[in-house]
Amino acid sequence: MASQMGPSPVVAELDPQVDKQERDATLWGDVWKKLRRDKRFLIAATLILIFLLMGAVPQLFTHADPRQCDILKFAQRPSRHLWFGRDILGCDYYARVIYGARTSLIVGLVTSASTITIALIFGSIAGYFGGVPDAIIMRIADVWFSIPTILGAILLLTLIHGSGPLIVAFVLILFGWPDITRLVRASVVSGKERGYVRASRALGASNRYILAKHVLPNGIAPLFIYGAYGVGAAIGGEAGLTFLGVGLRLPTISWGLQIAVAQDRFFEFPHLLFFPSLFLSVLIGAFILLGETLRDALDPRVFGSA
Amino acid sequence: MPESRHLLEVDDLRVEFQTDKGAVKAVDGISYTLERGEVLAILGESGSGKTVHARAILGILDIPPASIKGSVRLEGVDLIGLRESDIHQVRGERISMLFQDPHTALDPVFSVGSQIEELLRARRSLSRREARREAIDLLTRVGIASPKERLKSFPHQLSGGIAQRVMVAMSIALNPEVLLADEPTSSLDVTVQAQVLELLESLMRDFNVGLVLITHNLDIAAGFADRIAVMYAGKIVETGPAREIHERPIHPYTGALLKSVPKLDLKQDRLQAIDGSPPNLINPPSGCPFHPRCPFAIERCRVEVPELREWLPGREAACHRALEVEP
Repeated sequence: MASQMGPSPVVAELDPQVDKQERDATLWGDVWKKLRRDKRFLIAATLILIFLLMGAVPQLFTHADPRQCDILKFAQRPSRHLWFGRDILGCDYYARVIYGARTSLIVGLVTSASTITIALIFGSIAGYFGGVPDAIIMRIADVWFSIPTILGAILLLTLIHGSGPLIVAFVLILFGWPDITRLVRASVVSGKERGYVRASRALGASNRYILAKHVLPNGIAPLFIYGAYGVGAAIGGEAGLTFLGVGLRLPTISWGLQIAVAQDRFFEFPHLLFFPSLFLSVLIGAFILLGETLRDALDPRVFGSA
Repeated sequence: MPESRHLLEVDDLRVEFQTDKGAVKAVDGISYTLERGEVLAILGESGSGKTVHARAILGILDIPPASIKGSVRLEGVDLIGLRESDIHQVRGERISMLFQDPHTALDPVFSVGSQIEELLRARRSLSRREARREAIDLLTRVGIASPKERLKSFPHQLSGGIAQRVMVAMSIALNPEVLLADEPTSSLDVTVQAQVLELLESLMRDFNVGLVLITHNLDIAAGFADRIAVMYAGKIVETGPAREIHERPIHPYTGALLKSVPKLDLKQDRLQAIDGSPPNLINPPSGCPFHPRCPFAIERCRVEVPELREWLPGREAACHRALEVEP
């Protein structure tokens, strides 16, 4: 019987890839216009750029070698000559802090990007299709979520021999994905009930088209914000785990490690705690600020641009 | 037998929803036909099944919980039970739907232009430039001034009337043969309603499209439709030429609907509301579903379900007291 319907003259596969660029051009063009006008964004972006540069080419910021230490000058206080002083091994503390940016950024960016990718895949499958895939994914997430992060991370990091930024990132991803997956799922579930989804379906859109063109773009704003917050949170998480003694170990240079060492001698040498904490807070703060400006920019109803 | 083939032929369509309290018969065996260039109004209160029936035709109800029976033939081909991949091509390209509230039917995060162009590029394989040109053309056709500028607008920047025109443009973008318009003007200002309806009507006549106009307003139905089918409790209770029904309804329910619409040219003291509320579709009343609210109900109405039958040439009604009483 189907053949009687005759060939539809103009049937094309609804491929979300086909005009991704076109959509991006309109969506992102608009977002970029708003971001450029937002002072908070300029501050956050400048700070993040400086930190990225610091992580990529620390030599630009210091000529000193962070591993060349003079144990006899241990814990020298900040002076005009040495702004940050020296740490307890007598290394140039300014160079140590500068070189620490790379570790934090690697952990933060890798963790946040991977967590979001995982959440995006599993969260949209669970949310859009519901039923069995939803039950399987979300129950695994629930079980995983019930393990206390710090406890689980400590246990896992103690069991894994070896340490390094990527191992710490792996552990943070492992315990961080259920949270964001749930967020994605919730936004997909509410997104697929919208009027424009029904209208799009009435006009013949496929599941893939609806997911890629309506549900995800509408749910992507909270994800970006979460992503930016997530970088900050992961950096903090690394510092925390390192502080607890299970994260990074020497000779890795990391703010968390510096803070962990400094905490014992805070009253003697407050500068050892102050500088890495300052850098850590500013970096986390910059990512949170970025998240907030992104949230405003991604909402087309906030000062609309005609 | 291509002569006897209608453009759209709905035959004994039934939609049931399974709920905790039992099966809800939202659409309880309706049948009608639609020809090219014809406007058929489906008239009924909220909960009469008119919207559900349209969604069932397009297959955009969630199944389960809905179960759909009967047939919907588009030029002889049954759409019910068509594979999902086949019905994708029917939607938009052969049967299209227009929704009540244009602001929820448009995606808030994309500009009007990108939404129309997306649709054209995905479904008609147009290049970006061709899609842009076609989109401008479509907006011109639905009577939007300065279409180029409008393409850049986001849905929240449009008035209800303009937004609904954009939706009309999208629903005719793929040249459908049938358009199901579900209360297309209910969310609009009265002044804009007539404009949108006139636009729809002229487009339908120009392109020889069959239009199913779903509405609860008998005046709108009478003013724009060729034929009217009145739905009550999931059933069609009266059908016939729009003008005749408007002038002389046969079914008491149609009569009651007519009296409940305010008239500008008539001095009325009070508007007559229909007593009672639409029936519970889980446990519908015995006999005629309208009898608890019907001023003319007799004992027979409580017991026997009236069949839809022809009382006057071209006029059908499901009422035991048809022509006997003056509703």
